[in-house]
Amino acid sequence: MAVAQGAPPRGALISFKIPRGRGASLGLYIVRRILWLVPVLFFVITITFVLMHLAPGSPWDREGKQLSAAVVRNLNAKYGLSDPFFVQYLRYLVNVVHFDFGLSFQYEDQPVSSLILKSWPPTAVIGALAFLMIVVFGIGIGVVAALRQNTWVDYIVVGFSTVGASTPAFVLGIILIIIFSVTLYRVTGGNFSLPTGDFALDQHLIMPVVTLSTLPIAFIARLTRASTLEVLRQDFVRTAWAKGLRERLVVTKHVLKNSLIPVVSALGPTFAVLITGSVIVESVFNIPGIGRAFVIAVGSRDYPMILATTILFSVVVALANLVVDLLYTAIDPRVRLG
Amino acid sequence: MAAATVSLEQIDWENPEQIGLWQDAWQRFRRNPIAVGGLIFVCLLVLDALLAPLLVTLHLIADPLKQNVANSYASFSLQHLLGTDYLGRDLLSRVMFGARISLAIGLTVQVIYLLIGGTIGLVSGYLGGRVDNLLMRFVDIWYAFPDLLFLLVVVAVFKPSLFVIFGAIGIIGWVDLARLIRGQVLSLKEKEFVEGARAAGSGPSKIILRHLLPNTLGPIIVSLTFGIPRAIFLEATLSYLGVGIPPPTPSWGIMIQDGYQAIFAYPHQVLVPALALAITMLSFSFIGDGLRDAIDPRMRR
Repeated sequence: MAVAQGAPPRGALISFKIPRGRGASLGLYIVRRILWLVPVLFFVITITFVLMHLAPGSPWDREGKQLSAAVVRNLNAKYGLSDPFFVQYLRYLVNVVHFDFGLSFQYEDQPVSSLILKSWPPTAVIGALAFLMIVVFGIGIGVVAALRQNTWVDYIVVGFSTVGASTPAFVLGIILIIIFSVTLYRVTGGNFSLPTGDFALDQHLIMPVVTLSTLPIAFIARLTRASTLEVLRQDFVRTAWAKGLRERLVVTKHVLKNSLIPVVSALGPTFAVLITGSVIVESVFNIPGIGRAFVIAVGSRDYPMILATTILFSVVVALANLVVDLLYTAIDPRVRLG
Repeated sequence: MAAATVSLEQIDWENPEQIGLWQDAWQRFRRNPIAVGGLIFVCLLVLDALLAPLLVTLHLIADPLKQNVANSYASFSLQHLLGTDYLGRDLLSRVMFGARISLAIGLTVQVIYLLIGGTIGLVSGYLGGRVDNLLMRFVDIWYAFPDLLFLLVVVAVFKPSLFVIFGAIGIIGWVDLARLIRGQVLSLKEKEFVEGARAAGSGPSKIILRHLLPNTLGPIIVSLTFGIPRAIFLEATLSYLGVGIPPPTPSWGIMIQDGYQAIFAYPHQVLVPALALAITMLSFSFIGDGLRDAIDPRMRR
């Protein structure tokens, strides 16, 4: 949502003068961008860590059940919570550098890293499929709408992108369930419906992927349509038509090359939307992925798990932005890094 | 253009401000049926939010908190027009009260956005140089933090209450506004009227508040209008995930979560609050689109 509504396409984070030679500057640029991850992650860890220690009460508070003082003391000793704040903080930073994210609070003796390793496959599969859908359908219907501006095709696309961009993912997921699993089941007497039961990757993908990708598709379609319309009005496109090129050639050779540039830069923030979306979609469809693991960790104040997931998500978003910025320079030679 | 149809004699040359920016924008907004539709819906919603408690005292609608477990999941009747939920509470009344939370969140959060994002954007854009650089790096880092994650962390740490949720949503979303205002100020501060004000001896704070802020109002209003559905969405999501507004306060997100338990038997339980939420967000988006086209015709899609 944040990105879908009017966030400006993002350029590079750090500007710097480019030394001579494109290859050399590219390598330097990547290094600098990856180094920029360090302060970002440091900030993310610090904010989250400080917040957790500001929290009233301890993670062992359970509603109704009161642990004895001795048990709490043992738990604190086991998880290193009895040390002063700064000792804990520095220890955590050192451990993170060694990729050690500590033990989970909610499952006894389970390292956080193994919990995350266990739950990433569904999140990654659904996210990747959704991203594919976004690229294919978002750009596809956006271009078609622009080429057929002010026809019924265009109106349908504009209508879809307006409604799609402001329908919350969980509302969409629920409406899909009502249509395809509740109503269809009743109407066809149980002969046809989409499954909603226990999750299995091979057969429960359609609804989660559609739910996750609809909002970004609407956003990308709208952006593609606008930028394609702009390019279609340019003189060089008129020239291409005038010299008798076929529509397919005009569109692929002249229009798309230019109109997709702003679209590519919007694909980076789309990753952030997919990640927040996965939290929602996995809760709606009861998918045992990282997003739902995060919500469960939040509910039970499993601090090590919350910290690790937040770090992971931040890294993914930052890397996605880096890849997109690099792609950006590849398709548009006019753009210089920096 | 409305002005084009007015003959020269009709124009009051003594008071040229009569067709000001805002009248002009209103004229254009009025001619956009979708935006007006959104505005009408939002007005009805505001009316509903203001009058709901009165309607309860007048016994026109049921008390949204009154439970009657013996009468749970009742179907449509004159007494309960939309039936009752799993605790036997009146669904219609709860949906009507849910609008109060959503509107309150939507509007309060914009004030916080304006205070934080406005201050940082104005100061950063006006002072420039090292202050600008520092503030913008801070904004970049803030931007890298996925917003829903931050929200969830905050409510995990502090027990979710109305205050915590309002504040947390307000603290995460101001970044776009800060960037927008900074950009506006950067281009405005080179204009002659600012130079004139400076020459006349105005200090930075007076120039910022008197001259720069009013001239950036148009884009700010548009941005804030789009911020409303976003804040409403975040609150509903938190409540849906079970870490939002504490029950029994009726919030659309909680109602969707409650209704979801019985989705196969009573799909309308979840459909009613879901549609209320979707239509409200859509209405604000329509208003935002309309305002953008009306205030700055160059920004047209």
